Amino acid sequence: MRKRTTAAIVLLAALVAVAAAAARSVHGTGPTKITVWAGWSAGHELKVFKSVVAEYDRKHPEVTINVVGGIDDNKIVAAIRSGTAPDVVSSFNSYNVGNYCGSGGWIDLGPLMKKDHIDASLFPAAPRYYTQYEGKRCALPLLADDYGLYYNKKLFKAAGIARPPRTVSELAADAKKLTVRDKSGNVKVAGFDPVVGFYENTPDRWVQQFGAKWLDGKGHSAIGKDPAWAKWAKWMKSLVDWYGYDKLVRFQAQPIDEFTPSQAFETGKLAMNFDGEWRVAFIQHEHPDLDYGTAPMPVDDAHPELYGSGYINGTIIGIPRGVKHEAEAWALVKYLTTANHPLAVLSNGLRNVPTTQSSLTSKEILPDKRFSTFLKIFANAKSGTSPILASGQAYTNAVQRFFQQYQAGKVKDLQAGLKNLAKQLDAQVAQAKGGGGVP
Amino acid sequence: MSQQAVARTAGASAPAVRLRTAARKRADWRRRRLVLFLMSPWIVGFTVFFGYPLVMSAYLSFNHYDLLSSPRWVGWANYHYLLSVDPQTWIAVRNTLWMICIAVPLQVLFAFGIAVLLVRAKSGAGFFRTVFYLPALAPPVAATLGFVYILNPATGPVNTMLAWLGIEGPLWFQSPHWSKPALVGLGLWGIGNTMVIFLAAVLDVPQHLYESAALDGASPLQRLRWVTLPIVSPVILFAVVLGVIQGLQYFTQAYVAASIASGQASQAGDTLNALGYPEDSTLFYPVLLYQHGFNDFQMGYASSMAMLLLVVSFAVTLVIVLNSRKWVHQTVPR
Repeated sequence: MRKRTTAAIVLLAALVAVAAAAARSVHGTGPTKITVWAGWSAGHELKVFKSVVAEYDRKHPEVTINVVGGIDDNKIVAAIRSGTAPDVVSSFNSYNVGNYCGSGGWIDLGPLMKKDHIDASLFPAAPRYYTQYEGKRCALPLLADDYGLYYNKKLFKAAGIARPPRTVSELAADAKKLTVRDKSGNVKVAGFDPVVGFYENTPDRWVQQFGAKWLDGKGHSAIGKDPAWAKWAKWMKSLVDWYGYDKLVRFQAQPIDEFTPSQAFETGKLAMNFDGEWRVAFIQHEHPDLDYGTAPMPVDDAHPELYGSGYINGTIIGIPRGVKHEAEAWALVKYLTTANHPLAVLSNGLRNVPTTQSSLTSKEILPDKRFSTFLKIFANAKSGTSPILASGQAYTNAVQRFFQQYQAGKVKDLQAGLKNLAKQLDAQVAQAKGGGGVP
Repeated sequence: MSQQAVARTAGASAPAVRLRTAARKRADWRRRRLVLFLMSPWIVGFTVFFGYPLVMSAYLSFNHYDLLSSPRWVGWANYHYLLSVDPQTWIAVRNTLWMICIAVPLQVLFAFGIAVLLVRAKSGAGFFRTVFYLPALAPPVAATLGFVYILNPATGPVNTMLAWLGIEGPLWFQSPHWSKPALVGLGLWGIGNTMVIFLAAVLDVPQHLYESAALDGASPLQRLRWVTLPIVSPVILFAVVLGVIQGLQYFTQAYVAASIASGQASQAGDTLNALGYPEDSTLFYPVLLYQHGFNDFQMGYASSMAMLLLVVSFAVTLVIVLNSRKWVHQTVPR
């Protein structure tokens, strides 16, 4: 009896071993399945991204790739925590690189790049910066956004303005000329809406045009020391006051949501607008007859050399911790971020800026005079981005909150307020690193 | 009975007593097991969804935890940052206190007032009860969306009608001065649940008390003050405690209103800058907690905020309940 039992166990074990070997064999010969998560959710945008990945898929029989769209940072973090992260992840939020790199949530791509002789200098300085944290590169840029001035040519002509403004003084003067009010003084057409938080008007994008520094040599906030911040804030507030803060808020309360066809610039309610390069595609789809032009954002009168530069941020892509197919994932990331062809196809489809230096001049990029403004801004050596820190987007949000309070007249002493803000920002970074707010 | 018989009886009863005791114990154990079995869904639910998160929150509140790396012990650092460094804490506390101090009394008064009026309605009582209760059935998100639309300063019907009268309406959800009153209005509109409880309490007041009071020459106002109010005072206590706890947890309406009014709701999930709009006037404590936990990924810090909220909720409820002995009428003699 005992012999028979032993024989049965041995037989069962042998069967299990054979089955496992067979499974391994089947698995080893078939294509490796990898999954890519992307933020694009709109039908058209996701379709473009899928088409680029599908092209790679066709050329690489060793993998089959599944693309999942509509992904945000919360989903990425939750998946990494639960060990169910896909092989490749991308995020619209470059501010969170500090979190991903600092925690090891996204793996260090440095060794993989070194092995494949890929130098980060193939990206311009700004995207090269916002894809690393404290020297650790855990992401690569996959298309970028940069910001410039959109102006309505028809309204410019009616107001007798020959060219787009190049300095903020010219911008303010043109904005006043272009503004139309009703009998009660309410704004019917705004020449320019300077309220911080309206559409893409954020301090991080604006101070670039004033040459303001974010951090000092020790990595502490320079907001309280660099006079460029106060200069920008005062200029901005003077224009807000000219309109009347409440008048602008009432203007913004109209149904002019940014990512709808009723957006104010697209419908002629806003003569000039500070916006990202993607607006070119939006206008093409929603209001193709709009007569408009694009230009770099005006700069501080004292810094004419900055004209032509702008603020840059964008989509990032990386490999999450615990990846099952690292080699295949890296091969795809490398293709999407460093080869000109996929970048050009994505740029044409999404009208975002391709992210390598060489792809900017790729012949595959569809020529468009309005869009080319943004390619030049991206290539400009003086273009910049906001700091990548442990506290992520909370840092720039705190800055934005302060200037919103200032514009609304809630900050009486700007310089004292800026110094206090700098302290708060340093404390915030220290807290995000686990230091209880002590820098 | 002879001595022999007593001894025999005693000898026979000792094992019998032991048997009875053992049987009783077995029965008790079976009963306990049955009770435990019947309670097990609740025990599991309580442990998994309340007990464990509570213990973990308490633990994480003393840690630096960014959701991706392992928790790292930092002692009281999160609490220190919360109470003495973070400039948003006190803004959120102020807004939350404003909501509790203004909205809760108004809601209780409004619900009670509607209930009293509905009791006095001579005809159409059922219709009016339905009308006043219906808004409570609207989901908070949908109700808030509706209110933001109705109170849109530029295109909303309220300001349009005010304009017909030559009045420039307020900016409502776009104004830091009007955003909270607008949220209070939303809360009053959806007060149906509390109103129904008050209605039941007012209907439950014995008629003979009113008749006695009327015979004594009490006016309607005096009857309300000396008859109705004391009888419904336990319900007032219930409404106040519930209102305060809901006020401390005020989130959904503030989140939705800020996202929509700021015009950022159409950005794919990016309402980050909109929280608290306008000018932090709708930045309530739970909204700030959410921001730190789920947008900034500072779960350790957010846990310390949650623990503080728990302690404050307990303390406030305790104070109200202890204080209520002075004004809540006890109908059952002690």
